Amino acid sequence: MKDRILNIVENFEKDPGRMMDILLEVQSEFGCVSHEAVSIIASALNVSEVDVTQTRSFYHFFTCQPVGKYAVYVNNSVVSCMKGMSEVVDEFEKVTGIKFGSKTQDGLISLHYTACIGMSDQEPAALINSVVFTELNREKVRKLVADMRAGKAVQEMFTELGDGINAHPLVKSMVKNNIRKAGPVTLGEYTVGKGLMKALGMDSKAVITEVKDSNLRGRGGAGFPTGMKWDFCSRESGDHYVLCNADEGEPGTFKDRVLLTERAHMLFEGMAIAGYAIGAKEGILYLRNEYAYLKAYMESVLTELRNKNILGKNIHGKGFDFDIRVQYGAGAYVCGEESALIESAEGKRGEPRNRPPFPVQKGYKNKPTIINNVETFCSAVKIIENGSAWYKAIGTPESAGTKLLSISGDCKLPGVYEIVWGMSIKEMLDMVGAENVQAVQVAGPSGICLPPSQFDRKIALEDLPTGGSMIVIGKNRDLLKDVVLNFMEFFADESCGSCVTCRSFNMILKNSIEKIVEGHGIKKNIDEMMAWSEILRKTTRCGLGQTSSNPITTTIKNFKELYDMRVKDVEYQSEFDMSKAVKDSCEVVGRPAIIHE
Amino acid sequence: MSKPIIATASLAGCFGCHMSILDIDDRILQLIELVEFNKSPIDDIKTFTKQCDIGIIEGGCCNSENVEVLKEFRKHCKILISLGECAIMGGLPAMRNGIPVKECLEEAYLNGPTVGLNAEKVMPNDAELPMILDKVYPLHEIVKIDYYLPGCPPRADLIWAAVVALVTGDELNIPYELVKFD
Repeated sequence: MKDRILNIVENFEKDPGRMMDILLEVQSEFGCVSHEAVSIIASALNVSEVDVTQTRSFYHFFTCQPVGKYAVYVNNSVVSCMKGMSEVVDEFEKVTGIKFGSKTQDGLISLHYTACIGMSDQEPAALINSVVFTELNREKVRKLVADMRAGKAVQEMFTELGDGINAHPLVKSMVKNNIRKAGPVTLGEYTVGKGLMKALGMDSKAVITEVKDSNLRGRGGAGFPTGMKWDFCSRESGDHYVLCNADEGEPGTFKDRVLLTERAHMLFEGMAIAGYAIGAKEGILYLRNEYAYLKAYMESVLTELRNKNILGKNIHGKGFDFDIRVQYGAGAYVCGEESALIESAEGKRGEPRNRPPFPVQKGYKNKPTIINNVETFCSAVKIIENGSAWYKAIGTPESAGTKLLSISGDCKLPGVYEIVWGMSIKEMLDMVGAENVQAVQVAGPSGICLPPSQFDRKIALEDLPTGGSMIVIGKNRDLLKDVVLNFMEFFADESCGSCVTCRSFNMILKNSIEKIVEGHGIKKNIDEMMAWSEILRKTTRCGLGQTSSNPITTTIKNFKELYDMRVKDVEYQSEFDMSKAVKDSCEVVGRPAIIHE
Repeated sequence: MSKPIIATASLAGCFGCHMSILDIDDRILQLIELVEFNKSPIDDIKTFTKQCDIGIIEGGCCNSENVEVLKEFRKHCKILISLGECAIMGGLPAMRNGIPVKECLEEAYLNGPTVGLNAEKVMPNDAELPMILDKVYPLHEIVKIDYYLPGCPPRADLIWAAVVALVTGDELNIPYELVKFD
């Protein structure tokens, strides 16, 4: 083991900044990053064991104990649950004879839960050794487990390939694109290299001006003006970096998955344009590990672009050097936060930084850095190609251009839609064939839960901003149990724990909503949850804690009757159950549990 | 008017909070002028003999007897106070929360380094003994608690200020350093 690990460390030039890559390779090769492995890595990198352990322990896909030869990660996000995850889980447990969170005696199969893997349009889905399996059901699970017992390779456990690039020999995935509507920008016509060619003919300042004039705003959800970000960054001195945030972790979002699959060239071209504009030579695509099935394809696209001199040295003879590497995450939602992403790309725990300084001033390796979403870079390519005026003419005055929506949940046509900003929720629901809608979760768990009375509102940065997640919730759903509780479990899990209120209040809020769902809630709990949410929002460093109470606050605001129905109007109520509480210990010592009430 | 009546108990605690009550020193003489004690280790009255005004409880609930005592307090006291970290949050005993009770018992009676004398590998299971709960509960999860006095232990001056304010009806005036230790 030692030689192999030393080899891996050597491959990354003994650079502690590449800790993530080192740990990913060790995990993949040995099924875990054991204590022994940590020691070897630490001494090879000349850092302390704690430096290695703190990164290792932060990420969901790094484990101390070996996972099974087949490690099954079933997505337990809200849409997966809606589409029948419990049956899939039940079948896995039945056929393997083990519970989730454990491994078969022979070490063959281990079962785990994981947060949204970006497949909300084809749930229930799971990752098995990084290979995606979609639309699972009891029958498919039985077949999968039989295949595992027969020792089949994971790639051979499905026969039908997805559409487009998903069927590419380097991808060979069963994932479907589900592109339902292509628009004029990101999913429209595209010729590789045209945008970059034009940019290189312009002054770098003129490229920034063009992007500024287009009114393009960040597509990750926050909507910060892209041109302004590039401008700020270009004014700083020293080496510059271009980072692409492809850590698409907001439950219900999967539009970047489709861009990465079908528009990889466009994305890399957009990063190169940004590099030219701000004066960077290096770009990093930070790609969530859930999309590692695209790894070989990504590398082949990069090679192709280097061969075409769209990346590399002296691009198109204009004296501009730019290259890109792909950095994989290891399962941490908070790494979608830009400063946490930088920390992670530097090989550390994905904990958000204090700001200021902002990444445009001190970002990756403390150098001026821009971080944009996949869709933002893709949009920039078309803006340079067709001009800012063309782009600005699409959309609303405050939200220029188009937006990719990932629409899932209770609708007939889940998938990716490139819409023009300004569409109403009602129009959107008609478009996706959704009937009997109870609510629409706009912008994922950290967004808002919208009631039918507000379905005339517009999808636009000035009204309903979104990074692209739209979850349709039908009337048959128990909104508090199926949706709000699921979201709060997610946030309690994904908080990095750095801010005290985020670490503890998300847990308290989760417990409170659980209490209400189980029928132990009282009226006072509703006011308490609102008060705690307000404190949480105000006292946390990054967007996670600032928005994680939204599932609760927006449903209290918009669906108060669902709470009132469930809570009792008493001063105090305990959920303590003596017979439940003493059951285990009495069994262990062998005595009857006698309860005197 | 008769004097207000106080009851106290230590559940899954270390009696440190009660020691802190004694740390009011000579003010205990003033306290006796102000209040009367009922069920409490201070006067060694074992069971409630009348309805009380203030119940002060140290420690969380780790077994069935703790729960029963706590419920008795709630029945007999108008005001109930959680005294100290263990009562408020479970404290040190709650370090076992998150470890299955089976593992805790096995460590304590079968596998631990100090169980050599337990040659017959017996776990205490006499019906007279309290039953162990699955985890240590803070008091407010079992009954309604009116006030919380933080600290490990809460300082004598804090206990004194709180009790006097409750008994006299005067405004509670707590200097910062009585509850904050940073």
